[in-house]
Amino acid sequence: MRIPCPSCGERGHEEFAYLGDASLVRPDPTAPDAEARFADYVYLRDNPAGALRELWYHAAGCHAWLVVTRDTRTHEISGVEPAKAAALRRQEAG
Amino acid sequence: MAEQPFRLKQTGRLGTEKPLAFTFDGKRYEGMAGDTLASALLANGVQLVGRSFKYHRPRGIFSAGSEEPNALVELRSGARREPNTRATMIELYDGLDARSQNRWPSLSLDLLAVNSLAAPILSAGFYYKTFMWPSQFWEKVYEPLIRRAAGLGRAAQEADPDHYEKATAFCDVLVIGAGPAGLMAALAAGRAGARVILAEEDFRLGGRLLGDRRRLDGQPSPQWVAQIEAELDEMPNVRIMTRTTVFGAYDGGVYGALERVSDHLPEPLPFTPRQRLWHIIARRTVLAAGAIERPLLFGNNDRPGVMLAGAVRTYLNRHAVAPGGRAIVFATNDDAARTVADLTAAGIAVVALVDPRPRPPSSSIDLADRVGAAFVTGIISRAIGLRQVEAAVVETDRGRTIVYDCDLIAVSGGWNPSIHLSTHLGGKPVWNEDRAAFLPGTPPPGTTVIGAAAGDFALRDCLAEGARAGLDAAEGEGFDGDEPALPEVDPEGTGIGPLLTTTAARGKTFVDLQNDVTVKDVELANREGFHAVEHLKRYTTLGMATDQGKTANVLGLALMAELTGKPIAAIGTTTARPPFTPVAIGALAGHHRGRDFRPTRLTPSHDWAARQGAVFVEAGQWLRAQYFPRPGEADWLATVNREVNAVRTSVGVCDVSTLGKIDIQGADAATFLDRVYTNTFSTLPVGKARYGLMLREDGFVMDDGTTARLADDHFFMTTTTANAAKVMQHLEFCHQWLWPELDVALVSVTEAWSQYAVSGPKSRDVLRTVIDPEHDISDAAFPYMAAGAISVGGIPGRLFRLSFSGELAYEIALPASYGNALIQALMEAGAPFGIVPYGTEALGVMRVEKGHVAGNELNGTTTAHDLGLGRMVSAKKDFIGRTLANRAALIDTNRPRLAGFRPVDRTERLRAGAHFIQLDTEAVAANDQGYMTSVAFSPTLGHWIGLGLISGGEKRIGEIVRAYDPVRNGDIAVEIVAPVFVDPEGVKLRG
Repeated sequence: MRIPCPSCGERGHEEFAYLGDASLVRPDPTAPDAEARFADYVYLRDNPAGALRELWYHAAGCHAWLVVTRDTRTHEISGVEPAKAAALRRQEAG
Repeated sequence: MAEQPFRLKQTGRLGTEKPLAFTFDGKRYEGMAGDTLASALLANGVQLVGRSFKYHRPRGIFSAGSEEPNALVELRSGARREPNTRATMIELYDGLDARSQNRWPSLSLDLLAVNSLAAPILSAGFYYKTFMWPSQFWEKVYEPLIRRAAGLGRAAQEADPDHYEKATAFCDVLVIGAGPAGLMAALAAGRAGARVILAEEDFRLGGRLLGDRRRLDGQPSPQWVAQIEAELDEMPNVRIMTRTTVFGAYDGGVYGALERVSDHLPEPLPFTPRQRLWHIIARRTVLAAGAIERPLLFGNNDRPGVMLAGAVRTYLNRHAVAPGGRAIVFATNDDAARTVADLTAAGIAVVALVDPRPRPPSSSIDLADRVGAAFVTGIISRAIGLRQVEAAVVETDRGRTIVYDCDLIAVSGGWNPSIHLSTHLGGKPVWNEDRAAFLPGTPPPGTTVIGAAAGDFALRDCLAEGARAGLDAAEGEGFDGDEPALPEVDPEGTGIGPLLTTTAARGKTFVDLQNDVTVKDVELANREGFHAVEHLKRYTTLGMATDQGKTANVLGLALMAELTGKPIAAIGTTTARPPFTPVAIGALAGHHRGRDFRPTRLTPSHDWAARQGAVFVEAGQWLRAQYFPRPGEADWLATVNREVNAVRTSVGVCDVSTLGKIDIQGADAATFLDRVYTNTFSTLPVGKARYGLMLREDGFVMDDGTTARLADDHFFMTTTTANAAKVMQHLEFCHQWLWPELDVALVSVTEAWSQYAVSGPKSRDVLRTVIDPEHDISDAAFPYMAAGAISVGGIPGRLFRLSFSGELAYEIALPASYGNALIQALMEAGAPFGIVPYGTEALGVMRVEKGHVAGNELNGTTTAHDLGLGRMVSAKKDFIGRTLANRAALIDTNRPRLAGFRPVDRTERLRAGAHFIQLDTEAVAANDQGYMTSVAFSPTLGHWIGLGLISGGEKRIGEIVRAYDPVRNGDIAVEIVAPVFVDPEGVKLRG
C-alpha cells in the first residue's frame, strides 16, 4: 500500500504507523459521564466495510499525523490531509 | 565420461563449445551452456531423478519450467545445500553438484517404495485417521517415522554464507512475462517513452517462442526474439530483468519480485548478493505470464518418460535434447500436431497420436499419416514400465486395446492460464467452457491480463494483445505512440477439447504428482464429505507444497466437479496467494539478520568506553556500557560493587546520551506539558528541572523522565531510552491532533547531544575544573534540580543537577561531536579523586537502592499509584489518562503496588521474577500476590535488595512472605520494606 504524504510525496506504508478511526473525538473530561465516554473513546472501535477516515503517523518521514481516507475492502486511498488541518477545521466547526 | 547421447546433433553446437561438467548423485556428466539441469540430465539419458513424497515411486522430469512437480533435487553442498530446487529452473554451471531426494538407500533401489504396498493406510487424510492411538505415540514414534519415510530433501545445517539484497524500482508499465505478448507490450510501451520494466522468470526472453518452432515475418522465432530484445536493450527507459520472478501483487501497484542474481554461478561473485528482493512500484501492469500445460489422467501417469507435450518441444527445440527415442503423443488439442511434427523433425519416431476428441482436425490426421504414426481416437489408459515408460496401453473409441512400445509419452490436457497474480488482491477466476480454463476475473487496479494468461493461446492473438495493451498502458500514463506493426506468423490450430477427467484408468492415477494425490484420494474425499475445494485441498494435500498444484489443481477441481455432478464453475478454485514460486526466507530478510537485524546505535564516546574494556549491553537499538571490569576482579559483581562504592564515596561518570531528548518550544509549551504530564510544569521556574510522569489515555503509566525549563517558552524533555520514539509519536499526536491550537513545536534531539551523569560527593569538584570559570555551580547558585547553560572550553552546553544515584550529581551535556572529548576531560579532571566510569549495572544497583522505578516497573500494566507516585497525579487539571486512571479498580489499594524487599536471611540471593505468596500457603497461581520486578546486590548494605509489586504494597511493610521461584528452585522468606534503601531522607543529593 502506498500513502501520498502531503509533505513527502507517495511512500510505502511501511514508513507509517497506524492508529485508527479519525472520527473519534477526545471526550470532555468534565462531563458527568466522562469515565464511560473515555472508555468508549479508548476501547470501542467500529469496523466498517468501505471508506474510513483514519489516522496514520509518518514515523519514518516528516513526523506528520495524517488523516487518510481508505477503503477497508480494497485499500484504495481516496484522500490524505494533515491531521492538524483537519483538527483545526473540526474545532472551527465546534 | 558420458557423451550426451541424447543431444540432438543438428544444432551443430556439440563439439564446438567447451562442455560444462556436473555431477548428479555423484556421477559425472557433461552439459552445455544454456542448459538447465533438467535438459542436461535428459541429454545424458537420465530419466529417473527422484522418488515421490509418500510412495517413493520413481519420478522423472515432467515439465520445462517453474511448475515442475517431480524433478526436485538437492543442489550444492555444505552451507549452500538447498533442498527442493526444481531441476527445470536450475541453470547449468561448470561444477554443478546435485543429488536426488527422498530415496534410501539409493535412487534406483529405494526400499521405502514398499510404502506403495501400504497405500491403503497412506490414502488421503491418513494422518488424521491412522496414527491416533495411543496418543503419546504420536510425538515419539509415529511422527519421526513418517518424517523419515515421507519428505522433501534436507535443509543446510550451517548458516547461509551468502547475502541477499533488497531494492525498490519504479516504472510506468510493468510487463510480467517476456513471451510474445509481453515482448510486444514492452515494445509498444517502450517506444511510446514510458518507463518500462520487463520481468522474466527465465534466463532468456521469448517464452514459448524458444520452445516452439514458429516463424515471425519469415524468421525463426528465436531470431525474432533477439531482434526485439536488441531494440528494447537500446531504450534507456526500458529495463529488462531476467531471472526475475514477480511472485506477488500487493496494494497500490506494489509487486514483489525475486531476482536470482547468482544462482546460475557456483557461488556469488565477491560483493554480489545471491538473490535480490525487489519492490516494484508500477503505475500500470501488463500481466503476460503465459499458461501452464495440464497433464492427463491414466494409470502410472507419473512414470519417468511421461512428460508435458510443451516441455517435450522445449527440450527438442530450445535445448536440442531428445527426451526419448520412441514417442507417443496423447493430447486433447491441436497443439498435438506441433508435438508430432517437432518429434519427427528431430528424428524421433512417433508411434501414435492419441486424441480423444470425436471430431479431430483433419490436419492432425494427415500429419500422423505423413510421419507414419497411427492416429487413434481414444485415450491412453495405462503406462507400462517401472523406472521408465516402456509402453502405453491405448483404448480406442471402438473398444479396442492396443499396446504401443515407447519410452516417451507426451501429454497435453490443454492449458491453464497463469492467472495467479491477478488473484492476489482478491480477484476471483472465472471458468470459461470454450477454452476449458479459468480466466482472470477482476484483476488488480491498473492491471491488464493478455495472451495465454488471458486464455488467448494463438500466437497472433498474443502479439496483437501485447501491442495494444502496452500502448494503452503507456497512453494511460500520458505517453503517445503508435501500435507496433505485427509480424506475420505461420498458421496455427488452436482447437481444444473439453477438460478430460473420465478415464478408464488402471493402476495408480496421479492428480498431484508432488503430493502423491491420486484419483482414488479425490474420490475418497468426496465420499467422506470433503467436497468444498478448500476442504479437498487440506484433506488430500492436493495443491500443497512447493509447486502449489500448478499442474494439479484444475484437474482435481474437474474431478470433484464430475464426482459431485456439478459444473466446474460451481466448484470454484482455491485461493492463490503470494508467493507464486518459493522465496527463500533469506531473501525476505535481506541484510536484516543477526546483528544487522536492526541498526546498532553507538554513543559519541563508545570507542573510548571500548578502550576502557567496557562490556556492552543492548538497550533498545543502543549499545551501552554495562560495566568496566578491571584486571583481578573475580566477576562482574566485584566490578559493579567497586563502581557503586566509588560513586557513593567519591565520584563516577556514566554515559546517559541514549536517553530520549525532545526540544519543546512555543508560547503554549508549558500548557502543553501540563496536559501530557500528570504533574504541573507551568509552575516550574526557568532554570529548574522537574521529574515528570506521563500516562497513556487508558490511565496506565507510559514513560517518565525529567524536563527542564530553559526559558519561558522553551523546555527540554528527557524520556527513557526505550520509549524515546514512542513518546515523540505520542507528543506529536497530542500536538497535531488533540490540541492543534496550541503554539508549540517539537523536535527530537536525542542524537544532537552527548550527556554524562557525574555522580558522587566529589562530582562538583570535578565539574568545577571542566566547566568554564564564569559559570557558578556552587550549591547556592546551582541547587538541586537546577538547570542551565554552561560552556566547556567555550563550547556551549547544558548542566542539570539531577540525581538517579541519590548522591550529589549532575548531568552535563555538550553537542554530540564533543562527547568523546568531554568524557576524557571529565576523567582527567576526576583523576585526583579516583573517578571511575560506571555502566548500566551500577546505575541499576543505585536506582534500586533509591527505589526509583525503571523499565521493569514501567511495564505497561502499572499505574502511578501502583508505583507509589500517586502524589505526582494532579487533581487540579486535566491531562492524558486522568479520567481512566481514576477508575475504581485502578485505584484499589489492594492492587499489586511497589514495595521494597530484603531476604530474612541476609545471605540469601534475591531473584527478579520470583512470585510472592503468603507464608504457609500453597504455591499455586490462585495464591499469587505479585512478583519481584528488580533486584540488586547492595554493596552499601552488604546484602541483596529488591523492588516488587505486591498486593497492598507499602501497607504491608514489616510482613514476611515467600519469594517463590520454581524456575531456579528458589523459595525464600523475604521481608516487605519501604522501597528506598539508602538515604531515604535525600540528604546526600542536596549536598
